[in-house]
Amino acid sequence: MSATRRVNLVAIAVLFFSMAGAMAALHAIDYLRRGSVAQDALYLRSSKVLRRLSLGYTGLLADIYWTRAVQYFGEQHHAGSRDFRLLAPLLEVTTELDPRLLPAYQFGANFLAPQPPNGAGLPESALSLTKYGIEHNPEQWRLYYNLGFLHYMEFKDYAGAADAFAQGAKLPVTNALMSILAARMAQHAGEFDTARMLWVTTYQSTKDALIRENAVEHLLALQVDEDVTRLEQVAEKYHEQTGRLPASMGDLERAGFIHGTPADPKGRPYKLMPDGRIEAQDPESLYFITKGLPPGAAPPQPRPVVKPDSK
Amino acid sequence: MAAIEILDLEKCYLVGFWRKRRKLALRPLRLTIEEGEVFGFLGPNGAGKTTTLKLLMGLVFPTAGSARILGMDMDDPRVKSQIGFLPEQPYFYDHLSARELLNYFGQLSGVPAKGRSARVEQMLARVGLSDSAGMQLRKFSKGMLQRVGLAQAILHDPKLVFLDEPMSGLDPMGRREVRDLIQQLRHEGKTVFFSTHILSDAEALCDRVGIIHQGELRGVGAIAELTSERQGKIEIIFHAQKVPAGLTSLGAEARVSGDMVNAVLPEGQQDAALEVLRRDGLKLISLTPVRSSLEEYYIQKLRPTDVQREVRQEDDRKGVGV
Amino acid sequence: MNSGGMNSRIGYIAFNTFREAVRDRVLYNLIAFALLLSGAAILVGEISIDIERLVVVNLGLTAVSLFGVVIAIFIGIGLVSKEIDKRTLYTVLSRPVRRWEFVVGKFFGLTGTLVVNTFLMAIGVFLALLYVAHKFEKMDVWVLVALYFIVLQFLIVCALALFFSSFSTPLMSAVFSFALFVIGSLAEDLRGFARITHGVGGWVATAIAYLVPNFSALNVISQVAHGDPVPGRLILYNTVYALLYSAMAISGAVLIFQRRNLK
Repeated sequence: MSATRRVNLVAIAVLFFSMAGAMAALHAIDYLRRGSVAQDALYLRSSKVLRRLSLGYTGLLADIYWTRAVQYFGEQHHAGSRDFRLLAPLLEVTTELDPRLLPAYQFGANFLAPQPPNGAGLPESALSLTKYGIEHNPEQWRLYYNLGFLHYMEFKDYAGAADAFAQGAKLPVTNALMSILAARMAQHAGEFDTARMLWVTTYQSTKDALIRENAVEHLLALQVDEDVTRLEQVAEKYHEQTGRLPASMGDLERAGFIHGTPADPKGRPYKLMPDGRIEAQDPESLYFITKGLPPGAAPPQPRPVVKPDSK
Repeated sequence: MAAIEILDLEKCYLVGFWRKRRKLALRPLRLTIEEGEVFGFLGPNGAGKTTTLKLLMGLVFPTAGSARILGMDMDDPRVKSQIGFLPEQPYFYDHLSARELLNYFGQLSGVPAKGRSARVEQMLARVGLSDSAGMQLRKFSKGMLQRVGLAQAILHDPKLVFLDEPMSGLDPMGRREVRDLIQQLRHEGKTVFFSTHILSDAEALCDRVGIIHQGELRGVGAIAELTSERQGKIEIIFHAQKVPAGLTSLGAEARVSGDMVNAVLPEGQQDAALEVLRRDGLKLISLTPVRSSLEEYYIQKLRPTDVQREVRQEDDRKGVGV
Repeated sequence: MNSGGMNSRIGYIAFNTFREAVRDRVLYNLIAFALLLSGAAILVGEISIDIERLVVVNLGLTAVSLFGVVIAIFIGIGLVSKEIDKRTLYTVLSRPVRRWEFVVGKFFGLTGTLVVNTFLMAIGVFLALLYVAHKFEKMDVWVLVALYFIVLQFLIVCALALFFSSFSTPLMSAVFSFALFVIGSLAEDLRGFARITHGVGGWVATAIAYLVPNFSALNVISQVAHGDPVPGRLILYNTVYALLYSAMAISGAVLIFQRRNLK
């Protein structure tokens, strides 16, 4: 074997060995430094300093911080953590660097407000972020939608919600649902339908997988809440008519109140309890339900493990 | 034993933006150089002289063929400690002094630490750089760098020395010194392979020459054979319709072309010939020593169009003419 | 005459590279500039009361890192491409020096130069630190660690510069190396981004994210500026990573350089 060939073979061996080793070391480093990129948001709270440091490349830096925010939330969520204290600073830095980065506002409205483990539990931060967004993007109906959504869902402020939706409805480019939502807020009409409409709009107005999944879970939970309410009314009616509680779903069917065996959106039949209450078979898997739970059941469990890379 | 045995060495470059065009820098070259020989590699600029040297030094890789140097394959790492190389227009590390550079090269060539600095000083003296040995090389002139280059090529006492255009960039004095150095190497029994486009250098130094043009070896010949005849003659050109009778009797070979006559005759007859012209009232155009036979040989091996350009260059350089 | 073993040749080349580099005046200009910036940090620190130390460490280490990278690229490419460009390499390779010995020797010489440079610039940072705090504190040890990481960065930059100059022009090599430094400084974000990208794009992004040099884990400047400690295991992993990544780039450079026609 010639000297040159021998050198080449050794070089190739070293190349592959060191590449594999470097990747392994990188993996260990990543594990050690989980979430540490997000820590920067604590060191560099002031976006003014950041703006200077970015040497004018604020757009790029905003994108980086935006990616960090999404990743941070995903990772904390994945780990089942209830600690999301970096989410607000990350989103604030992001939007201050690039006030027109709409997905960041969307994300903030959806995940800053809800209580842990579904969000950072900071409805006030969500509200101020949204207002800051409207200030810089007054032509975006989605931001008014977020505002109305927050007023309605988090603060039960119907007047404020109606006002926000109405303002959004007046924009040149808007969603037809905005004026309907505004009207509904004014009437306080049909809780389920309003909530459903809100979540559907949320779902339709974003491409963010995390936000969409969240909306779907809420819609499923709404369906269960509505089913349980209706079935309990039926059971009550049966009680009034026959003077006894139904022993099974079969009783209700024979009496002509229902057709077939009612099931939750995931296909599992509802349970009729001896006291006439209706329970979902697996309340654990329906994260946001408020009805159909066993008596004294725990508050909503963590939402499904939404790994950023699972799809 | 042959010092260099080149066996159909060929180099082809892929050129153009997409590297699709093939450019043959060296057509298959077969050449043998004997030990102790001084061999001149002649050819115009871009003929393939440097390419050949780079191939032999392992700086570029051949597309085909091989070579043996000092009986070893040219890829053999052992070859390198027994050869010296002076590249064309050498350039060295700016911030090193000549002494430091030679010491460094001595280390790389495996010159034993003991006696290395003595050897370095000896080489500096040999190329006449003892006085400026401590100066940084960036302050050196082209000629001085050429001397450093020569010193580094012979530093480790190699058996075989490759010199690429060793005389270029030197003043007449420097050229003379390089000639002397090559003569010394010959006396020491070294083999010298050098490329040049200056014929007089080759004629003065070489045992044999090879003529290369457009990547092709056009011919190889021994200087002694080429220069044995037609030595010491002059050529005179003058206006006339026919050859004057007086000239023919002086032993001139003459021919008429148009209204000019071209005559070649022995050097000793120069005055007599001029006397003939004066007497006949003929107008002299030029009188020159006859071109060396090497030049004739060289020109014969090159194509006519290239010949004219080369001759003109040569004449300009030598200041020969009317 | 064949007494010089291969190791000694690598040593000679490394030493010569080092000597050539430290004699280049341009280098000192850059170092002077970095020191000037560390000094300027004192002025900035005085304006922002209570965070003098923070500013001195942040600005000082950033200056060391940025100027050091410029120096690393500058000499890494300069000293290799120049050898090819100016043909000094011809006289080196016509000696019993293998091409891989040249590459490895160059790398060691450049590394030595960078360590000395960083040492000089670090003295400036510590003097500035001493000036604002009047004494050294325990947490200044972490500044030392940050400097060590910066040297590891230089190691990688230098290996990359060598790799690029093994096949590219000096200008392009400089552009490639600097671009990789910038991208590599965002490597953790890049990997985060790759993790949330799906499909073929995700695969490509992951591959790229893992192949670009990871400079972000080697940058703990803002962390140590706040006096936060650096975990021992990170020091270990970063060291292993930097050494292996450099070895990877160098063996790549050797493989390419072995085949290269030196026109």
